[in-house]
Amino acid sequence: MSTAYESQLELTFDVAARAPFSTLLRQGQELTIIDIGGNQAVDFLCYDAADTAKRYSAAATIAAQRNIFLTTGSVLRTQEGAPLLTVVADTCGRHDTIGGACSKESNSLRYGQHTRFQHACVENFLIEGAKWGLGKRDLVSNVNWYMNVPVEADGTLGIVDGISSPGLEVRLRAETDVLVLVSNCPQINNPCNGFDPTPVRMAVTGGGE
Amino acid sequence: MSTTATTYGARDHARAQAGTVVETMPSIPASSWPSPPDGVEAEALTWAETVAGGGYTHKVLARGTRLRLTDVDGDACAHLLLFNADGPWERLNVADTVKVQWNAYLGEKVALLSDQARVLATIVADSSGSHDALCGTSTVDGNVEQYGDGAPEGPSPAGIPLFTLAAAKNGLGPRDLPPSLSFFQGVRVQSDGGLEFTGSAGAGKSVDLRLELPCVALIANVAHPVDPREDYTVTPLQVLAWRDHPSTPDSPEWTHTPEAQRAFENTADYLTAKGIQ
Repeated sequence: MSTAYESQLELTFDVAARAPFSTLLRQGQELTIIDIGGNQAVDFLCYDAADTAKRYSAAATIAAQRNIFLTTGSVLRTQEGAPLLTVVADTCGRHDTIGGACSKESNSLRYGQHTRFQHACVENFLIEGAKWGLGKRDLVSNVNWYMNVPVEADGTLGIVDGISSPGLEVRLRAETDVLVLVSNCPQINNPCNGFDPTPVRMAVTGGGE
Repeated sequence: MSTTATTYGARDHARAQAGTVVETMPSIPASSWPSPPDGVEAEALTWAETVAGGGYTHKVLARGTRLRLTDVDGDACAHLLLFNADGPWERLNVADTVKVQWNAYLGEKVALLSDQARVLATIVADSSGSHDALCGTSTVDGNVEQYGDGAPEGPSPAGIPLFTLAAAKNGLGPRDLPPSLSFFQGVRVQSDGGLEFTGSAGAGKSVDLRLELPCVALIANVAHPVDPREDYTVTPLQVLAWRDHPSTPDSPEWTHTPEAQRAFENTADYLTAKGIQ
């Protein structure tokens, strides 16, 4: 019985370039995010499915592991420090926690007012989040899988050319029931997507224990 | 019979307590603060308070306010959140603040940006240079692990519950609380992404903010979340604010970076449409 049930829980989905995505993960399930085309930033938020006021906190995650990069072993935590997801495999090497999402608004600062009406990750988060009853208050600093944001000794930071390549993947294990919100980043004004947004694959596996 | 056994006795007892002065308390009115900053008339003060280690405070501040935070004894840690008072769904965005200005570290001329690409406040003076925009504030679980307790009523309060309390008194809930920034305990990023806690720059250091929009300011004075010391170490924070002027195109902060300039222009555009001077 459990086998049939589990199989229904499994999912593979290709998220189109520039599009949003969301899914529920049951505790113990794993989500693999595959960078099909290489150097594609995947903006990512997650919430405790039982109470979405408890949500990913970049700050609590960074403080707990005392490092700004995510890789195998990193635990994505709520603002109260509770584990939501653990990185159980990572063939890329490191991922960003400090750059946040692109928005029409921040594009106006980074590149100029002419970019104000380009599609952006915050648009994806808002429209996809609305399906789950989430609104603007629920958006906070997010993870950027596959995005490369070094910090120099003098504090200078920036989104630079990626270190990912086609087929690399990162796998996350749900430590509780988790709602995942994704924006397959549409940014074309910096190198986070190699100036060419491409699809990414989401595979949900396991669980049902 | 005790003096508080009757309503009249209890009233007298309560009233007799007024006028007590302690180190950590607000001065009401703010103009009664005994030592206004140089060049500031006492009557211009709008906020004067000393916040205990482990305490919090909050205030709605006018555009143009100058807000000075002072680390009186050298181990304050002022965790700060700002919201647009006219629409608190617009709030401090630390990711945009560091990304847009290409700088992970807070200091003079850094604009504190909202998620709407506007300037909530500008850092106009900073004698400390030891701050953090990456680690947010402390959690109950983290403080329990490090100090044995993290509750607001305990000996080592965490920042998250204090922000939750301060937010509630401004009609805001847990969903309204993004990652915060903090002043007076430094953190630096190493080349491998690891964090180095560099601590305090010493007693008497201060940071001045200029409010560019009317803001709800929430402040928690609690030990930094990556402070490695075994004992909960946080000393009083002095908060002074006075009526001053917002930045103008002539201000050095306005043109400090092209990104900040556009943020000031967005802010001016918003204020003009709204009819705010």
